[in-house]
Amino acid sequence: MLDTIIDVIASIFMILGCLMSLAAGIGMLRFPDLLSRMHAATKPQVLGLFLLLAALGLELRSWVIVPVLALAWIVQLLTAPVSAHMVGRAGYRTRHLKRETLLTDELATVVAAAAARERKENGEDTESNRADFID
Amino acid sequence: MSVVLWICGTILSIAAFLTIIRLIKGPSILERVIATDVLLLIVSAALCIDMTVNKHTNNLVFVVLACLVGFIGSVTVSRFVTDRRNA
Repeated sequence: MLDTIIDVIASIFMILGCLMSLAAGIGMLRFPDLLSRMHAATKPQVLGLFLLLAALGLELRSWVIVPVLALAWIVQLLTAPVSAHMVGRAGYRTRHLKRETLLTDELATVVAAAAARERKENGEDTESNRADFID
Repeated sequence: MSVVLWICGTILSIAAFLTIIRLIKGPSILERVIATDVLLLIVSAALCIDMTVNKHTNNLVFVVLACLVGFIGSVTVSRFVTDRRNA
């Protein structure tokens, strides 16, 4: 009885984890620009991997494997924000985004202030009329 | 459990197909980096499902390694992105 219940819970976790990957795939294809595609790509990174690892732990039914599963999830949890930050920062500074999709843009004032300071120190700047990259 | 395997295999195949389409179409290299990251996650999800269905832990180290490889890959590529068209 208990085995059946645990099997059903593990099956539900597996299917939900796979649906997270499907959501990421659909979002990658349907969303308009880089930042919203990054939003879609984080779905299987944290919750999807957690559901699949929890299903694995439930199905193996041993406490020995739980620290290894936690390690796999925590490594993903630590590395995902760093790489997302790097990709988002590079995408912002190389203008791979549609500005009309943004609600607020707090980085724009910081970048403008840094550009103004650099212009005051170095004379005129060379890259004042760059256009946005839009696919 | 075999039914669950078929459902998960189908869902992951569709997800991988959509991600590969974005990987081919992606207008810039950053979209391709994100799509490669998602594809790596789909591969590690498939490894997890294989372990869960067949009740072994042989692939667990590959799941951890996939996280690290995706991290190093996306950080390295986004470090060297330049402001160019069709970069």
